[in-house]
Amino acid sequence: MIVGLHHYLVLAAILLVCGIVTMLIKRNAIGILMGVELILNAANVNLVAFNHYLPADSGIRLDGQIFALFVIVLAAAEAAIALAIILSFYNNFASIDVEKASNLKG
Amino acid sequence: MTTVLFYIFALLVACSAIGVAVSRNIVRTAVCLFFTLTGVAGLYFLLNAEFLAAVQLVVYAGGTLILIVFGVMLTNRLPSAGWDVKPWEKTVALGIGAVLASALVASILSLPPRAQPDESGAYPVLELGAALLGDYLLPFELVSVVLLVVMIGAAYLAKGRRRNREAQP
Amino acid sequence: MPTTGTFFQDLLLGPEPAAWAVLLFRVAVIAVAFVTLVSLVAMLCIWGERKVAGHIQARLGPHRVGPFGLLQSVADGLKLLLKEDICPQQADSLLFRLAPYIAFAPVFAAMLAIPFGPNLTFEPRLSVGVFWILAILAIEVMGVILAGWSSNNKWSLYGAMREACQMVSYEIPLGLSIIVGVMAGGTLNLVELGHLQGGGIHTWLVFANPFAMLAFGVYFVASLASNKRAPFDLPESESELVAGFHTEYSGIRFSFFFFAEYAAVFVVAAIQTALFLGGWHDPFGLIGFYTARFIEASNTSGLIWVNVIACAIFLAKVTTIILVVMWIRWTLPRARIDQVLYVCVKVLLPLACVLLLGAALWQLFVADQPGVPWFDYQPWSWAGWAGARAGLITRLILAAIGVSLIGALMIWIGYAVISGRRRILRLTDPEPIV
Repeated sequence: MIVGLHHYLVLAAILLVCGIVTMLIKRNAIGILMGVELILNAANVNLVAFNHYLPADSGIRLDGQIFALFVIVLAAAEAAIALAIILSFYNNFASIDVEKASNLKG
Repeated sequence: MTTVLFYIFALLVACSAIGVAVSRNIVRTAVCLFFTLTGVAGLYFLLNAEFLAAVQLVVYAGGTLILIVFGVMLTNRLPSAGWDVKPWEKTVALGIGAVLASALVASILSLPPRAQPDESGAYPVLELGAALLGDYLLPFELVSVVLLVVMIGAAYLAKGRRRNREAQP
Repeated sequence: MPTTGTFFQDLLLGPEPAAWAVLLFRVAVIAVAFVTLVSLVAMLCIWGERKVAGHIQARLGPHRVGPFGLLQSVADGLKLLLKEDICPQQADSLLFRLAPYIAFAPVFAAMLAIPFGPNLTFEPRLSVGVFWILAILAIEVMGVILAGWSSNNKWSLYGAMREACQMVSYEIPLGLSIIVGVMAGGTLNLVELGHLQGGGIHTWLVFANPFAMLAFGVYFVASLASNKRAPFDLPESESELVAGFHTEYSGIRFSFFFFAEYAAVFVVAAIQTALFLGGWHDPFGLIGFYTARFIEASNTSGLIWVNVIACAIFLAKVTTIILVVMWIRWTLPRARIDQVLYVCVKVLLPLACVLLLGAALWQLFVADQPGVPWFDYQPWSWAGWAGARAGLITRLILAAIGVSLIGALMIWIGYAVISGRRRILRLTDPEPIV
């Protein structure tokens, strides 16, 4: 059976759902960050797969890959900032349990 | 052969992604994420995106993930008992996941099949570079500005952290 | 440009092989050539390291075990195989057992892109060759971190943390200095880079422009650090951290880390050779000349001989670099971790950025011969360089500087060896065996 676009899309859907479930059931802030990374990877797999399976005459050759490249770079930036925030949070609350971050609750 | 390789990588990615979701030990979660990212890099190879695969390995698996593991090591002195979410929350999360998964798969399967990839020969890194410095020059420069801002911001947050610690007795 | 990389495959399987035959051939190459190569490299490196250490620090053992001390490696290997494989009780046993493999596997994948000769590359069409090796070596650090973490030992953890920050920071100057070389060549594919350097010593990319020459030095220092070799071997510094990240490992799992380290040293030296030092070419351009001639005349046996000799030259260059690495290890004291990071962030990184800028400006303003395929290359005729005189003169001057530097080094080493021989018996030497 030839691997087509659908296979990649289903795989990306699995990744996306795993990422969302990870974000929902983790209380560790770093665990939630990992869920975000999974979701970004799902988007990337989609972009690259669509790019690969484009009709050759569409005139678009590499846009999907370039989008994915930007996503990877921005994910690195996002992880750096998120970790800085998490460490600062850890310093103030001595915990990275996101349920403890409720100081502003009325 | 491509088919076999696809199924190997897909199995690796899917299993380790599920591992990320269900694992309760945060370090094991990180290891599962490592395998997911490596498997996705393998998929990029199959999709004729060699440069992207290398970037995925060096930036994601070798950079971002190491950063995350670093964060895990810096914050893991805590007792991890009592960290589990409540059962009903878990049920709700799994329900949302199941609904989302079935909706996505249903909509994907309703798409018309398209199995003819664009086989226009070898994949040129040259073209990617030309596109990055041509059509995509503005986003490229913006991303570099974003990275600079992120660097300064992270350094500022880290520095603020040290000052706080000195203030504490 | 003819892709000549699959020459041996075509020779064995015919021009239109079946898919299963190709698969079988490739698996056979991996199983026979790479496994042997990696283990041989590790064995010989351990032997060489002991010999070098023995000569430099007057250690006795390595010279006595068998002929030339060759049996030392065998003895080590047997000892490691027979030792008990211990997993500490408090360790995370799954990750503890997994870590050596994660550290070891990437090195194999890196072998894919290394050009041992004009037709001796496993995957010659890999368009991102250099970058691929860099990327795959970057994930090796994960194994080390896991090893340190799962050992549940504070020395291991310190070693792993040091490794993580050292490796991630040194990757940046490493990558930037590789880009300087790649810019001078105009391609990422290591086979094409090799063919570009076929016209004699002045076409080697290290002599392409002054910035490439400095980038060669930056690459060397950064590769020492990212391979955790002395003086940057902080992750396993035995005077402070027992043995760093592999404190708790014993037996065969320990030897996996050992193999991974030496194979990584080999791979990094191979990139340096292929990218900067002319790859498989000799200094006089003979290999490039004969490759072109034999391909034109489809002289199969000649091509095989050229490949064998080219492979020998390549390995000789790599061995020289590895010997220098060992020499540095047994000569210099270990740096402190803050010094290591200082060297990276405040010295190598700005230097590499300046080199990158300079190399880019050089490509813009000084005419050179970028991307001339090797079969159109006329290294000995002035006409081939029409419009690129400044580039050629720079190359020649830099090549002269490089050759004289190497010559001076050789004379120095020779002097040291001779003056060392003259003193017949050192204090630590035992009575000579007659």
